[in-house]
Amino acid sequence: MNATVPAPAVSPTAPDTLNDAERLQAYRRVKRRESRKALLLAAPLLLFLLVTFIAPIGTLLLRSVQNPEVPQAMPDATALLQQWDESGLPDADVYAAMARELVEASKAGELGRVARRMNFYNPAMRSLLLKSARKLKRMSVEDAQLALLEVDGRWGDKEIWRVLKRAGQSPTPDYLLNAIDRHVDQDGDVASLPPEESVYMAAFSRTIWISLSVTLLCLALAYPVAWLLANLPERHSRRMMLLVIVPFWTSLLVRTTAWYVLLQPNGVINSLLTGMGMVSQPVPLIFNRTGVLIGMTHIMLPFMILAIYSVMKGISPVYLRAAQSLGAKPLGAFFRVYVPQTLAGVGAGCFLVFVLSLGYYITPALLGGAGDEMISQLISIQTNQQLNWGLAGALSAYLVIFTAIFYFIFNRLVGIDRLRFG
Amino acid sequence: MKTHYWSRLERWSARWVRVHTAVVLFFLIAPILIIIPLSFNTSTYFSYPMDGVSLRWYRAALFDEQWQRALLNSLLIGFASTLLATMLGTLAALGLTRPGFPLRGLIMPLLISPMIIPIVVVAAGFYYIFAPFGLVDSYAGVILAHTVLGTPFVVITVCAGLQSFDHSLTRAASGLGARPWESFRRVTLPLITPSVATGAVFAFATSFDEVIVVLFIGGAEQRTVPRQMWSGIRDQIDPSILAVATLLILFVLALYGCVSWLSNRNKAGLPEES
Amino acid sequence: MKTMRNTHLLAGASVLATMFAAGSLRAETELSVVTYGGAFENAVQEAYFKPYTEANGTEFNFESYDGGLAKLAAMVQANNTTWDIIDLESNDAVAGCDEGLLEPLDESILGDTADFIPGAISDCAVASMIWSTVFAYDKEKLADGPTSISDFFDTAKFPGKRGLRKSPKGTLEWALLADGVSKDEVYEVLSSKEGVDRAFAKLDTIKKDITWWESGAQAPQLLADGAVVMTQAYNGRIHDAVKNDGSPFVTVWDGQIYDFEWWGVPAGAPNADEAFELIAYASSPEVVARLSKYISYAPPRKSALPLIDDEILSDLPTAEANFNNAVQIDVDFWVDNFDVINKRFQVWLAQAANS
Repeated sequence: MNATVPAPAVSPTAPDTLNDAERLQAYRRVKRRESRKALLLAAPLLLFLLVTFIAPIGTLLLRSVQNPEVPQAMPDATALLQQWDESGLPDADVYAAMARELVEASKAGELGRVARRMNFYNPAMRSLLLKSARKLKRMSVEDAQLALLEVDGRWGDKEIWRVLKRAGQSPTPDYLLNAIDRHVDQDGDVASLPPEESVYMAAFSRTIWISLSVTLLCLALAYPVAWLLANLPERHSRRMMLLVIVPFWTSLLVRTTAWYVLLQPNGVINSLLTGMGMVSQPVPLIFNRTGVLIGMTHIMLPFMILAIYSVMKGISPVYLRAAQSLGAKPLGAFFRVYVPQTLAGVGAGCFLVFVLSLGYYITPALLGGAGDEMISQLISIQTNQQLNWGLAGALSAYLVIFTAIFYFIFNRLVGIDRLRFG
Repeated sequence: MKTHYWSRLERWSARWVRVHTAVVLFFLIAPILIIIPLSFNTSTYFSYPMDGVSLRWYRAALFDEQWQRALLNSLLIGFASTLLATMLGTLAALGLTRPGFPLRGLIMPLLISPMIIPIVVVAAGFYYIFAPFGLVDSYAGVILAHTVLGTPFVVITVCAGLQSFDHSLTRAASGLGARPWESFRRVTLPLITPSVATGAVFAFATSFDEVIVVLFIGGAEQRTVPRQMWSGIRDQIDPSILAVATLLILFVLALYGCVSWLSNRNKAGLPEES
Repeated sequence: MKTMRNTHLLAGASVLATMFAAGSLRAETELSVVTYGGAFENAVQEAYFKPYTEANGTEFNFESYDGGLAKLAAMVQANNTTWDIIDLESNDAVAGCDEGLLEPLDESILGDTADFIPGAISDCAVASMIWSTVFAYDKEKLADGPTSISDFFDTAKFPGKRGLRKSPKGTLEWALLADGVSKDEVYEVLSSKEGVDRAFAKLDTIKKDITWWESGAQAPQLLADGAVVMTQAYNGRIHDAVKNDGSPFVTVWDGQIYDFEWWGVPAGAPNADEAFELIAYASSPEVVARLSKYISYAPPRKSALPLIDDEILSDLPTAEANFNNAVQIDVDFWVDNFDVINKRFQVWLAQAANS
């Protein structure tokens, strides 16, 4: 139906050309209504996810550049500090506001939050703020600058004021920098933290490294299995498939428990090994990287097998036979003709395993040891123990962005609709 | 000469593939099978040979107030979130598979993303934004968060089920004078029920197996079975965990039975006994 | 298909019913007590709460939590405090008070405050007991066992694995004690970077012999399994293993690091007045002396000690024979420095794993 098609010069249906334009409009209207209706059906879920999923994650990620604590508890002092040029010590009115608001915040029960926030910069800040407030409450302040300096000499230190000023600035790059072991130093330059305080870059690379290892292990283990399952007669493969499906459906906690029991120093595997006299000392299989890799590979392997299998199942053996009858050697034909056809499955499997591994928490927490923490565990420590939401947001931001990039690439190459389970 | 060499290599690889598969399948299933007998062990140790056979740990688990409560919580949270996820997900899938759904390439990945985004981030974000509303340490909070995690499974399975769905059927129904709701109820719904149910089972399994959200958002009152297992492994691991694990394996096998029965029906297209 | 739908409806209905039921239970006035659970909860129930209920008719509802202030902060922030009494670790008691998450405590309800061990009363909380981090060994495996904290670090004299809690807290103090720092100077030394270096250097000497544990129950388990020859542990856990399971464990008190556990009332607690009454009751000498009968933690009051049987007393951290070389954990130091030192600890651990 194309409106630009010229109508025959003489035609009994001439009036229809006019109608064509109208029809097109009507068609477009119907289409628009149709798509509005279609969208309306998805609207409840979209709205639900907007409130319970997108908004929370967005807020958490935004938190990584916000600095609400200090300005909320000490509005005047922070506002005045922003005008300070950092050349000498701040003016007397900054000292006055600080002295007053220290006491006020302390009385309102807000100083603790400020102290916690400031301690992220410098472990001396918390006690400085709390002690100063406690002492100031007991004295009558005439000259705030003298009073603060009398309470604690560190109030004459420019560095203290510099971090207080930084803590009043939103948006702040500090959390995002901390999450990659960097900070803004006294000269205002971005610098690396000393090696003994640098934990996050190592944790990120460890997370990626573990995920990559698990992905490759799974791929190596899964490919031949998927091939055999796809090429055996149905009645055989069905029974064998059960051995993949049962673990796939078994609870993650159950499987992790199983490995916990198996890998312990006095667990099943070690008692077998020592019982057979193969080793005299229990082999360390748990609370180290070995435990994490074994456990995670076990949990991810069914994803990989199923993803590759579902693609292999659809490959007709005709091509391979054709290649061979054209003179290709069996193995050569396999690698040049068969393997390329399975790449969609390999891609889907690798993507799933890698991306799910990136966010792993339970298995490394239970089977891993010192130095096996993955990023998810560190995020949870920041939120549940340290109450450092800014840093939790920053670590999450890197993790989410990294995951999203892979998701985007995968969706472009394979299409997320193609994921299947069971 | 050369063909002989190749065919030997071929035979060798075929044998290697079989051995490899056997080893991998053993690796997959053995851990699960090995803990089942251990759950009947009389002693507190997790190793063979077993001292004797008893139901001691089953008694310990089944009559323990905490485990009972955990099971009730798991079922409650599982059912409630499955119900919500199934309703929302099915509706969305119905929309997504209609021709002319706008921005499908953008919205579809968005709806699936709860499955991809690390759960810790989902849980932390949920905690951060909903703590001021009292949704932390509450059933409502855990149920809502589990609903988020369950919806992608429903969307994917129902979309897949609808792909084979013949839209001319509903058109035929309306052509015969059926109202939209009626044609949905009498034509669409019966045909997609198996895939909806499959999605629901997946959503339920997701909630039933989930710990991280419960760790963040659930309080002591919302302890679920996986949460209880988590602290069991961390604190005092005793074989009653294995008893619970064995029961869970049986439960999950039953769930899987449901799904494969449903998918057989789905393939058959018609509600016939397979 | 019909049955499927019906099950769903049924499930939905029962879910709603249960949710309403759970909501209505809250309406009764019973005090909600939150502890770490486990043996301590059982002990305080027997020692304090059951007698109190018998005497006053006040009912209690127990919940357990995993420590940390996150949940409490969320509640207070939401103006939705449902807890009345909370069992706190020292650092949480200090930070919770600073951050306005706890109701201020009126000392006068506690009676003679001079009777309390110094430091046992803060602005918002009162110590509920004294517990201690010690180390223990299996006397059946080590006939001539270690006696001092330096023995813990002496792998020549006592070869084999040592269990340590995966935390810098307590671990660094021990390293310094074993390195010859006197107990009064531990935190002074730790306050400087050189001091921390020194502690890590000492830890390096036993790095490869350490098995790390994370939850309190793992320590006696490691010892029972023979996975370690000696292990750091909470004194109560070792005591329990000896008393209840008949394990042949011996506690070494030298270098013990003791700490208070606290009672506090969350800000905005629905029954704050009753909660403080209970805390006052539980802090009175006769009542607090009962606790040690159920768990081997010591009362924070001097006048309670003579009320305890000698046999029990000898197993408490504060018994004279055990208290010679005891370090009180410096809560302020750790609240200030935990983040930085813990980072360093994690880096050190990762190196340990790689080397």
